[in-house]
Amino acid sequence: MKLGKQSISFDTIYLGQAGVAAGPKEKQGPLGSYFDQVYDDLYCGADTWEKAEMQLMRDAIDHCLLKNNIGSGEIDCFVGGDLNNQIIIGSYVMRDYDIPTLGIFGACSTSVEGLIVAAGMIAGGSFHRVIAGTSSHNATSERQFRYPTEYGGQKPDTLTFTSTVAGAVLLTDTPTDLRLSGVTVGKVTDAKLNDPLDLGRAMAPAALSTIAAHFSDFNTKPEDYDLIVTGDLSYFGKDMLVKLFKEINIDIADRYNDCGLLLYDRDKQEVFAGGSGCGCCAAVTYGHLLAKLRDKTYKKILVVATGALLNSIIVAQKETIPGIAHAAIIERSGD
Amino acid sequence: MIFLMAFLIGGAICAVGQIILDVFKLVPIYITSLFVGLGAMFDTFGLYDKLVDISGAGATMPISSFGHSLVHSALEKAEEVGYIGILTGVFNMTAAGIAASIIFAFFISLIFRPKG
Repeated sequence: MKLGKQSISFDTIYLGQAGVAAGPKEKQGPLGSYFDQVYDDLYCGADTWEKAEMQLMRDAIDHCLLKNNIGSGEIDCFVGGDLNNQIIIGSYVMRDYDIPTLGIFGACSTSVEGLIVAAGMIAGGSFHRVIAGTSSHNATSERQFRYPTEYGGQKPDTLTFTSTVAGAVLLTDTPTDLRLSGVTVGKVTDAKLNDPLDLGRAMAPAALSTIAAHFSDFNTKPEDYDLIVTGDLSYFGKDMLVKLFKEINIDIADRYNDCGLLLYDRDKQEVFAGGSGCGCCAAVTYGHLLAKLRDKTYKKILVVATGALLNSIIVAQKETIPGIAHAAIIERSGD
Repeated sequence: MIFLMAFLIGGAICAVGQIILDVFKLVPIYITSLFVGLGAMFDTFGLYDKLVDISGAGATMPISSFGHSLVHSALEKAEEVGYIGILTGVFNMTAAGIAASIIFAFFISLIFRPKG
């Protein structure tokens, strides 16, 4: 059912089990034990970075299928994407599966964008089981969005660290213990910032726009959620979002966190302003937060995936960097 | 003395680059291009050679010396063979550096694997 201008509430969309695969730095981070498959080598057993990211995505899908005890033939659709040119990782991985596929791109907002598309397909009544998944890899993203490591460019404190992770989750109309009860589709929001090495702050206004619209559309307030989590605004963007909310007299600070800050220990790991990448929000949400919902630490959370909609060509033309954020409510069903 | 001057002049060139990078938030490639341009301009007015004379590697190591070498060798060749020398001579002084970086990069890529 449509709520307000940009939200949809769902009654019968459920979340099954998820699969998450991660690289070495993510394994060593505070959430390492939540992941189904971890690698000690950034190559993940493959011989190129792109193939390593494909391996992570494949692992995530395989673990998702296995944990749900379901065959790929029973999946109606896969909706997913990544950060590479022409979202090549998802396409190449899916050539090995007997699953209809939709490739999507929303930069780092792709994880929730996938949940929205998947939920919409199931709510339409035709599809029953859809997998949503995203992946990112530090070495593939560095050369997409920043510089190849070999270039040796200096990294400022505001830079985020693209995480090497992939996550996939099953959405279904068969009741489970977790429910996707609503989503808010974000608007492209341009804060007129143009520093490609500080994407967190460029995306914070988009997160503000979507979360504020979400509260209004669902007639809720921060206290209605046990946790509000963005993915990924960085240490600086997180701080900015709290301040932006204070300006409109909403206090989210006590229940707000960011996936990129949960995934790593910034004091011990060299990740600059925190993790990023469209796998980050997926891995933290599907690996860690779903487990926390299932062990009853949380009852209802709001996941807000944020994306910076740039590429290296447009930034070189001195354009500003617009952002987008999509939100999804995940809650325990039945109690 | 030349060691001290190399440290001071080379350090000053790098400090200016770092300040521009931090204050104006330019991406590194702009700094590189800017310094090549500045080096070329200084050489056009005959200033860069004076810097090289007093500070040696302090002036020849930073990327600004690439601009200086381009202009320098182009003008040198032009004096020798006329205007066409601007085109045929422009890479004379930098050819060794460019060729070495390509060839060494090739051999290193055969032996090592990128770590990240």
